[in-house]
Amino acid sequence: MFIINCPYCGERDQTEFTCHGEAHIARPDNPSEISDEEWGRYLFFRENPKGTHFERWTHDHGCRRWFNVMRDTVTDQIIKTYKMGEAKPEISNE
Amino acid sequence: MKYSLYNLVKNSFSYHENWEKAWSSPDLKPEYDVVIVGGGGHGLGTAYYLAKEFGVKNIAVLEKGWIGGGNTGRNTTIIRSNYLWDESAALYNHAVNLWEGLSSELNFNVMFSQRGLFHLAHSVHDMQEITRRGYSNYLNGIDAEILNQDQVAKKIPHMNVNGRYPVLGALLQRRAGTARHDAVAWGYARAAENLGVDIIQNCEVKGIDISNGKVVGLQTTKGAVKVDKVGLVPAGHSSVLANMAGFSLPINSVPLQALVSEPVKPILDCVIMSNSVHVYVSQSDKGELVVGAGSDAYNSYSQRGSFDMIEHMMAPLVELFPIFSRLKMLRSWGGIVDVTPDRSPIIGKTPVKDLFINCGWGTGGFKATPGSAHVFAETVFRGEPNDIAAPFSLERHFSGALVDEAAAAAVAH
Repeated sequence: MFIINCPYCGERDQTEFTCHGEAHIARPDNPSEISDEEWGRYLFFRENPKGTHFERWTHDHGCRRWFNVMRDTVTDQIIKTYKMGEAKPEISNE
Repeated sequence: MKYSLYNLVKNSFSYHENWEKAWSSPDLKPEYDVVIVGGGGHGLGTAYYLAKEFGVKNIAVLEKGWIGGGNTGRNTTIIRSNYLWDESAALYNHAVNLWEGLSSELNFNVMFSQRGLFHLAHSVHDMQEITRRGYSNYLNGIDAEILNQDQVAKKIPHMNVNGRYPVLGALLQRRAGTARHDAVAWGYARAAENLGVDIIQNCEVKGIDISNGKVVGLQTTKGAVKVDKVGLVPAGHSSVLANMAGFSLPINSVPLQALVSEPVKPILDCVIMSNSVHVYVSQSDKGELVVGAGSDAYNSYSQRGSFDMIEHMMAPLVELFPIFSRLKMLRSWGGIVDVTPDRSPIIGKTPVKDLFINCGWGTGGFKATPGSAHVFAETVFRGEPNDIAAPFSLERHFSGALVDEAAAAAVAH
């Protein structure tokens, strides 16, 4: 994982980037109506998979933009990087 | 066989070739009253206290690799209890109290060395933080001394207190120190087996059988086993095991690295920690400097951290101790730590009946080993956490009663 392909800048060294945890977590539309448990799950509970992980990164020392990364947490290999707002890629079972 | 001077002399006549094995490798039985998943210090300790204090007879510890081969053998062996919040102080100080008698209790020298630990303060803010925490420690009956720059410089003469990272003072806990991490796993394993616990190595749990919301069995690489109660003590793989049981956890698993130098003559007789510039260092009895720092910020199960983290911990080390700058580093390694949002562990019940969990120790589990094992054994036996363990329930993430040691800045382990 030493090189990360920023969707805006291209390939750069990993030290230019910061990881900000799991991606594709939607804030509940109705915080005042949901239970404490549902709110706690939204705030704190994470997939933390051993395998394919979807996560948010920022290019701090470059364009400073946010984007998503699809990465294998066993090998640290990056499978794909894509812009915020793009659909979550499918996990292939090769 | 008891380890004693008598037996040492006796065995010397046979050239030390007839010592019994410290623990055996029994076969997995088809049924157990309690199965502990995870053969690190916390898991082996849990089995030991279940057998010793609660009289449970039929216990197995399942370990997917070899005992003590995970985070128990990968940490920097620092032990302390000077945490900010009352809940943490009670838990970690319970551990320190047990550490003090552990070698004689287990009849195994865990080399617990209370050499004192200095938490460095590099700024006015740091001084305020250690002062606040020091007074909080006083109130909780934990030894703490707030030192100024001169006092620190006198105690640690080779440290550069006026360099790029000036040292304005330190919080000293004299009861803190280090222990031999492998010996902790071996000592608990040997003592547990003497009480009838089966320690099954190379046995990975592949599935958790649940019937009507209660755990009834485990599927392992050595076959199926029926169980009455299960305690999960898996560290880095907490989420993987929780998923097998159908629930998720507020945990991210990240790499944490450490490294050791070539051995040198005694030069550092205490433990140094700095949260602000992020390094901690002590000298092992072999003479190696043991150095650690922060974890990587991304999830990984690779047991390998990034190189820039090594640079990030070595730079402040040589800045604080210019004398170390020519030392060669011999080995570096990584462990996978399960980090919770508040940097406090999760001990207690799960959504599955009779399935208990002890995880989320993140970057600082080693220091808590005996305390964690002790309170978790009681949790598994009674089915309810005791007063020390109760604040660390999974439910705190719903109620909001977090034990926030992350913001308390006591967490650079």
